[in-house]
Amino acid sequence: MNAPARTLSGADGLKRLSVATPDQPLRLDSGRTLENVEIAYETWGELNADKSNVVIVCHALTGDQFAASPNPVTGRPAWWDLVVGPGLPVDTDRFFVICSNVLGGCMGSTGPASRKPDGTYWGTDFPVITIADMVRAQIALLGRLGIENVFLAIGGSIGGMQVLEWTVQARDRVFAAIPIAVAARQSAQNIGFYETGRQAIMADPNWRNGNYLAEGVRPERGLAVARMAAHITYVSESALKRKFDRRLQDRTTKTFGFDADFQIESYLRHQGQTFVDRFDANSYLYITRAMDYFDIAAEHGGVLGNAFKGLHTRFCVFSFSTDWHYAPEENRQIVRALNAAGCETSYVNIETDKGHDAFFVEEPEFWAGLRGFIDAAAGARGLPKRSAT
Amino acid sequence: MTATTAPGIRRADHVAISQFINHGDLVLDVGCGDGQLMELLQHDRGARTRGLEVEQTGVNRCVAKGLAVVQGNADDDLPVYPDDAFDVAILSKTIQELARPKFVLDELSRIARRVIVSFRNYGHWRVRTTLLTTGRIPNLGHDVGWWSDGARRPCTARDMAELAEQAGLAIAAATAVSGKPVNGRSLGRLNWTAEELVFVLERKVKR
Repeated sequence: MNAPARTLSGADGLKRLSVATPDQPLRLDSGRTLENVEIAYETWGELNADKSNVVIVCHALTGDQFAASPNPVTGRPAWWDLVVGPGLPVDTDRFFVICSNVLGGCMGSTGPASRKPDGTYWGTDFPVITIADMVRAQIALLGRLGIENVFLAIGGSIGGMQVLEWTVQARDRVFAAIPIAVAARQSAQNIGFYETGRQAIMADPNWRNGNYLAEGVRPERGLAVARMAAHITYVSESALKRKFDRRLQDRTTKTFGFDADFQIESYLRHQGQTFVDRFDANSYLYITRAMDYFDIAAEHGGVLGNAFKGLHTRFCVFSFSTDWHYAPEENRQIVRALNAAGCETSYVNIETDKGHDAFFVEEPEFWAGLRGFIDAAAGARGLPKRSAT
Repeated sequence: MTATTAPGIRRADHVAISQFINHGDLVLDVGCGDGQLMELLQHDRGARTRGLEVEQTGVNRCVAKGLAVVQGNADDDLPVYPDDAFDVAILSKTIQELARPKFVLDELSRIARRVIVSFRNYGHWRVRTTLLTTGRIPNLGHDVGWWSDGARRPCTARDMAELAEQAGLAIAAATAVSGKPVNGRSLGRLNWTAEELVFVLERKVKR
């Protein structure tokens, strides 16, 4: 397993399309351009004759394009096979589902772990990107696939940021949108947590000023610590108490040392260690930075509602009661702005103790809400209702 | 089932409310429950609807029907709506259960050109005679007792008229749920004879 060091050749079997060339470069919010960009993607289901059944699934910070089928590189199972698949809320029997690895990612799309045209690694020479840049690349990908309109854009966390950005950037080309557990702007608290993670990576001597791939090392310790810190924000205090509380790990007494005495320590160490096997540290820097910079209102005169004014997209926002990474109140701010803009908006706050990551795990009320909204939108779009089962 | 399917069971107060809705009106149903009224207004009156509901089960049922509904609380969530955002705002059997009815009515009269309220009339002659003969306020809802959480506020047609006046609203029309609409001047008779009432309220000072 060598996730970060793949080349552009596609020898790893990942599906990719070129979305920017020297003739048609990708223009970034930073003012820089990228002349060679490939986006890795996966699809499920069949595109219908009038291309009206396209669903865009946007992945979260550490996710990838393998929403509904196992990742052949890491061997990990699909990350959203509870939601995307035959007969599921995002029904691959009826919809043509596309999920792509974000620009700056490390599962085949162009990012800091990719090689430049001269063969050297991008590393920290890679331009700083934004959520809007990621969506620009996704829109270009759809163009390459011959698709103009999207029936549904759906995603949680930074995936939800992309969903919001899709609706404002592609204007009325998105029929329905489901932003989940997200905010319209990154909070100071979250910037703080992600800065802590970035500092951990950059403090690792193996980071080598971002040149670690060329030097044949990896800042695994720093990346693991970044993951551990962030992971605490993805679960609720009540769930940590329920699952671990102060219970000791494989021992009956405290050791009076710095070994993982507590189960929560052991759990977080495991989260960190398994993460470094599949993720590139520089990608983590770039994607978290893109999240920090996210602030839709700032780009629309400081008024969030202005971003959505005149949109015909129908929205359904979901939040989770114990999410403190993107708390219900931050989601409600989006809902208020959508209402102020006159958009057709629904909002569901799911009671759960599973925190931010609730959208990945079993949550029947959430699934019921998703199913209802998506099926009703499909009806309004003239797409088939649920297939007979 | 889509939102335009004809609803099965129709609540009498919903039918009474629907006669005051015009084709194409943008309607906010505050305390929309599982969305029955919104379905009826879409199907029968060609209205565009939005709902506000506090209970998870009601919200999920609305979303499952394709109705636009926001999970929220009328006592807290109305100030974010802009002025004149809606043609009509509806409180169907909701106003007597609110913590801050005056505040909510003030807000609704700001965000909608017309406010329609339906409520149980404690001025009905049977209520009055029961109070007279038993010495107790009759329970017209399903409250366990007057002290229970969310127990209804027992107000009459005249009490509601007073609140409307306080909120700068005029009664443009009033009807018993099972009767023909009359104007606000027939309030005295309605207050004796109607068990359930619908008031159509409009701002006295047009913006």
